[in-house]
Amino acid sequence: MKQEFPEGEINAISGRSLVITGDDIDTDRIIPARFLKCVSFSALGEQVFADDRKELKGNHPFDLEQHQGSNILVVNDNFGCGSSREHAPQALMRWGIRLIIGESFAEIFFGNCLALGIPCMTSSKQEITKLQYLVNENSNQIWDFNLKELSISNQKESFKLNLEGGAYKMLYTGRWDATSQLLDEEEKINNTVKNLPYLNNFK
Amino acid sequence: MSSRTLYDKVWNLHQVKELPGGSTQLFVGLHLIHEVTSPQAFSALNEKNLEVKFPHLTVATVDHIVPTLNQQRPFSDPLAEEMLATLEKNCTTHGIKFHGIGSNSQGVVHVMAPELGLTQPGMTVACGDSHTSTHGAFGAIAFGIGTSQVRDVLASQSLAMKKLKVRRIWVDGSLQKGVYAKDLILHIIRLLGVKGGVGFAYEFAGPAIEELSMEGRMTICNMAIEGGARCGYINPDETTFEYLQGKEYSPKGQEWDNAIHWWKSLASDSEAKFDDEIQLDGSSIEPTVTWGITPGQGISIKERIPNPEKLPKNEQQIAKDACKYMNLEADQPIEGTSIDVCFIGSCTNGRLSDLQEASKIVKGRKVSSGIRAFVVPGSQKVAKEAKQKGIDKIFLNAGFEWREPGCSMCLAMNPDKLEGRQISASSSNRNFKGRQGSANGRTLLMSPAMVAAAAINGKVTDVRKLIQ
Ligand code: SF4
Repeated sequence: MKQEFPEGEINAISGRSLVITGDDIDTDRIIPARFLKCVSFSALGEQVFADDRKELKGNHPFDLEQHQGSNILVVNDNFGCGSSREHAPQALMRWGIRLIIGESFAEIFFGNCLALGIPCMTSSKQEITKLQYLVNENSNQIWDFNLKELSISNQKESFKLNLEGGAYKMLYTGRWDATSQLLDEEEKINNTVKNLPYLNNFK
Repeated sequence: MSSRTLYDKVWNLHQVKELPGGSTQLFVGLHLIHEVTSPQAFSALNEKNLEVKFPHLTVATVDHIVPTLNQQRPFSDPLAEEMLATLEKNCTTHGIKFHGIGSNSQGVVHVMAPELGLTQPGMTVACGDSHTSTHGAFGAIAFGIGTSQVRDVLASQSLAMKKLKVRRIWVDGSLQKGVYAKDLILHIIRLLGVKGGVGFAYEFAGPAIEELSMEGRMTICNMAIEGGARCGYINPDETTFEYLQGKEYSPKGQEWDNAIHWWKSLASDSEAKFDDEIQLDGSSIEPTVTWGITPGQGISIKERIPNPEKLPKNEQQIAKDACKYMNLEADQPIEGTSIDVCFIGSCTNGRLSDLQEASKIVKGRKVSSGIRAFVVPGSQKVAKEAKQKGIDKIFLNAGFEWREPGCSMCLAMNPDKLEGRQISASSSNRNFKGRQGSANGRTLLMSPAMVAAAAINGKVTDVRKLIQ
């Protein structure tokens, strides 16, 4: 089946959620380094959390029957720390994740997700713990994420989420694909070049 | 808000424009690429029908996947061969200079670029690899980027970036004998935590930093990212200029004089403002070893493995995880911990002076029986110079293996891997679970001299006991 990847404005995401608990989950855990040996990202979805999944022999959240088809991931603190490789967000995206909510995210990971159109939303430890509890209680419920209201809710409860202004704007306007913005005004790039001593024989 | 720091000056100079999302379009003066994070970026470029904007500002090498025993082409691992071939093809198609196997200039990207003189003060340096912070040692603003940003840099030679805050870490005094740059940075990360630097660029300054060689400075900046700081830098000074003089890509003649003049003006002013400042005493730092599963879990060689219950609340869980994973007992001294494998290499500590210091420890001694010890030079140049100095012989005579350059067991994308529960003494930069190729392998990070001492005694050892 060909997957649809994020496109255009990212204002609302709906779906089932799953939880990965623990602080400081690094990119090597999300996608162990041995799977980086590839020239395309296409197979990464199957290998996401490979080592943790192996250790839990089918009981890892990403293996459990009830979570197949979920698209919202709820995590804890400093998620995605470690390397700058985009393989980690790519692996999550290709497994099906379209939105991540957590206490905090590693900076590069956050940026890599944004560049794929995957919002990384934050909330307090307390709120996240509560959200994780609710998600685990009933994995079938549908959660609705609303970017404009910065919230996620099921039928009964609603949680406030945070996102810094820049990322918000990029998702809201659908301009999270940086390349086109960067090529907008090429003469400005050339002007910068003219003013860099090391690109002008140190004159 | 910081002002008049090197970071501010270099940032301002490379600003192209403000972007709608509130970030800045920042020009990238030097773009380094390798086989792991570039192929998907080139594919994306092709899909969008874009050209490489400034091919001469991108430089390529191959490091992560190269085998270190036999580098004959084609590589015996077909996936590794495919990755290398893809990079070669992309470089040819787009007119990018490639420092490949057998070129005399191939090596771990953060080792080979500085030694060619590609990295210079005042540049912005980006590479699809988090340890790009290494290049900050020259007074450059250098940071790791993701693959979609690699695509952006190829297409526009620029990036969407947010300006970081600047924290100055001032280190007084001098490092003791037997204490190296690696110990200093492990100590700093322990102090400030693996998240302490998030949102910051670290400026390393003070007498203990100024005393360091360029190689020591690269070790420090290399691991800034392990402390959460996306970039770390050191103001350029005579040590920097001396290192750069005569390098292949360094300016020559009149340009050299002009360059020095400009480079000097880049250092943070004495009235510079920092967002945060920290001061520590370098002379009190001891050889430092990690015992856990993050680079922040370091202790001095004289300390005991911490008891998770006695740590601050927010460190307890990860400490418990670490004790369990590492199978090390709380309250036991770290010194004397038995090890299986010793690895000297990586972009943190695979440079000539690293091998030299380690060789002083092993000279005339033998690797303890049952230990597998090996040295992987950071680049072909390092390998060649080490051989000229007879350093390879010292290691070989002691029972170490001497390999071809590459990343090797730093992340084990090539055949060099830990097996099962093996525990390594490693001069690399990450002790994450499974980092060195076995899903449950264990890593103790330390300086190359400490790795050498561990190899000789078969257990974690205070290297100062082996220094005459
Ligand atoms: S040596 Fe290790 S940290 Fe450095 S670039 Fe290679 S894999 Fe990355």
